[in-house]
Amino acid sequence: MAYLDNIFFVILLALGGGYFAMNVKKLIRNIKLGRDINRTDNPSARWHNMALIALGQSKMVRRPVAGILHIFVYVGFVIINIEVLEIVIDGIFGTHRVFSFLGGFYSFLIGSFEILALLVIVAVVTFLIRRNIVKLKRFIHSDLKGWPKSDANYILYIETVLMVFFLVMNAADYHLQLLGFGDYHHAGAFPISQFIQPIFNGMDSGVVMMIERAVWWMHIIGILFFLNYLYYSKHLHILLAFPNTWYADLNPKGQFDNLESVTNEVKLMMDPNADPFAAAPPADENAVPQKFGAQDVQDLNWVQLMNAYTCTECGRCTSSCPANITGKKLSPRKIMMDTRDRLEEVGRNIDANKGVFVPDNKTLLNDYITPEELWACTSCNACVEECPVNISPLSIIIDMRRYLVMEQSAAPMSLNAMMTNVENNGAPWQYSQQDRLNWKNEN
Amino acid sequence: MENLTVPTMAEMLATGQQPEVLFWVGCAGSFDDRAKKITKAFVRILNRAGVSFAVLGTEESCTGDPAKRAGNEFLFQMQAMMNIEVLNAYEAKKIVTACPHCFNTLKNEYPQLGGQYEVIHHTQFLKSLLDEGRLTIEGGQFKGKKITFHDPCYLGRANNIYEAPRDLIEKLDAELVEMKRSKANGLCCGAGGAQMFKDAEPGNKEVNIERTEDALETQPQIIAAACPFCNTMMTDGVKAKEREADVKVMDVAELIANAQDL
Ligand code: SF4
Ligand code: SF4
Repeated sequence: MAYLDNIFFVILLALGGGYFAMNVKKLIRNIKLGRDINRTDNPSARWHNMALIALGQSKMVRRPVAGILHIFVYVGFVIINIEVLEIVIDGIFGTHRVFSFLGGFYSFLIGSFEILALLVIVAVVTFLIRRNIVKLKRFIHSDLKGWPKSDANYILYIETVLMVFFLVMNAADYHLQLLGFGDYHHAGAFPISQFIQPIFNGMDSGVVMMIERAVWWMHIIGILFFLNYLYYSKHLHILLAFPNTWYADLNPKGQFDNLESVTNEVKLMMDPNADPFAAAPPADENAVPQKFGAQDVQDLNWVQLMNAYTCTECGRCTSSCPANITGKKLSPRKIMMDTRDRLEEVGRNIDANKGVFVPDNKTLLNDYITPEELWACTSCNACVEECPVNISPLSIIIDMRRYLVMEQSAAPMSLNAMMTNVENNGAPWQYSQQDRLNWKNEN
Repeated sequence: MENLTVPTMAEMLATGQQPEVLFWVGCAGSFDDRAKKITKAFVRILNRAGVSFAVLGTEESCTGDPAKRAGNEFLFQMQAMMNIEVLNAYEAKKIVTACPHCFNTLKNEYPQLGGQYEVIHHTQFLKSLLDEGRLTIEGGQFKGKKITFHDPCYLGRANNIYEAPRDLIEKLDAELVEMKRSKANGLCCGAGGAQMFKDAEPGNKEVNIERTEDALETQPQIIAAACPFCNTMMTDGVKAKEREADVKVMDVAELIANAQDL
């Protein structure tokens, strides 16, 4: 009977970990639905980016209030997880505060966890106020209607509750330590929970112990729940921010990729010696010719799909987007959220059809993102510059424009006129190329 | 008629010369009435500094930038490869241009297609002339004037060039005032991504008006630009705000040329 707790704990851990592993597998499968792209050049610059932007949060502090509070939550979250390690070991082996042999250092650890926990609570409460009372524009934007809005609030609630559990657990523990009750030997320092501890004064020690145990269990259950909540939430960024910054585009932001499939065709067209009939037979007879541009999530590359899962829905991109600022429908955040939603839909379709995607007459283009949104972009890169986790909504916009123009010839009339001019007379306006130097002699 | 010396690459080749730098004029610089003035101002400075340069003239063609941003990769690559053929035939090494869109495309998107050149923006080139002592700038009429600089997206965020144009403005002994959104946080003028060639989508404001308001907030006498398209957008914005009598929109090259009474 003595081992019942431990067995139960191990089962719980296995369930929580197992379900999480399953979702991670699904996540990776979905991201791999994207086209291949090589983003492994210059690894030292990539490690540098990851260290600076994901680990060092360098882009967060461009908006100082949110940035600093976010660092509290982030540091708090990462560091307090050292405590989770202790909880897991205690849970499995039935020990109590197994790391307490570290003595003074242990006190230092627990003490700093407590201070961090308090800072996390302060930050999270401020975030709740910014979202729900101050109602910052980017948080009440129409992009966030429904689940995304609740999701953001749920995360903040869960974080508060977890931190409160942690502090109450320590308070009860400390109380029992003071009484020298049972296994509760002196361990740790409790700079914050010492102020909670007095609420247990006069309470039966057995009851306090039950409270301590209950909160201990709820704390670890809460963490396992949180872990499994990630996949369904914008909170996935706490994991994906790292690979996402590593694999981000290192080229100057103005550089758009040159489609290789197009290069081959253009070279053939321009080469006077090319035999049009011998024109490159497809290496594989059954190869599906690659679409130009992107109509659906499978036409995007895997980094763009990872971008979609990484998006924190913070709306920094949208709040700096000239199109959105001036009331156009385009919102770069929505581009990312739509991409993720569609990717999830495709993933569910694959799950329901034994591993193959059955066409559902829907596409990212039109069913999620409309041409009107795509054509409003000025390609100004403000969204890319702003994004704290190096996402490029712009690259998706351009790939979808490519599909509209090259596969569907569906550019706005005025752009078609511009392109006809470029094609015929080498300028976007109707001037003859022969007149290009006339300015020299004009007054 | 003023006396501009504008040799073409063909003329240079005929006399067996290779210029120090090829001046890529661009479509706006060649055809747009406002932008042609910028082109000429830049040429005047080049002439004054005795820079050996040449243009492609009628052999130049659109870089393909607007087509690429509109999504027409075919047209872009056709333009690119044609231009690269011409540039390579002349063995061009160094290219300067007053258009950030041409600059970005030539510098970043041509190399993979076989066009490898050293490409610089005219503000960088002017700065280097200055640093090398080949050009001297005096404030002249701009001394003490309040000038704000609008960062072109394709120069700033796209290529991280923020300082060259500012250094030049400061050399005029002018008071450089920054808008609340500037440098990496600068707001687009609304022309990029082929928007210049189409109507805006429905919204509640034009982007150039929003940006002109940013600029006017600094109470400038001059709004400095470094891109022919930004110039047009800001000029239209100033007109719409009925401020053209007291606020001028000028390219950095024009500021320098005018300061020297060129
Ligand atoms: S690049 Fe396009 S989507 Fe991004 S901020 Fe600029 S206009 Fe908006
Ligand atoms: S794309 Fe980046 S900036 Fe935009 S909402 Fe997502 S995380 Fe925030």
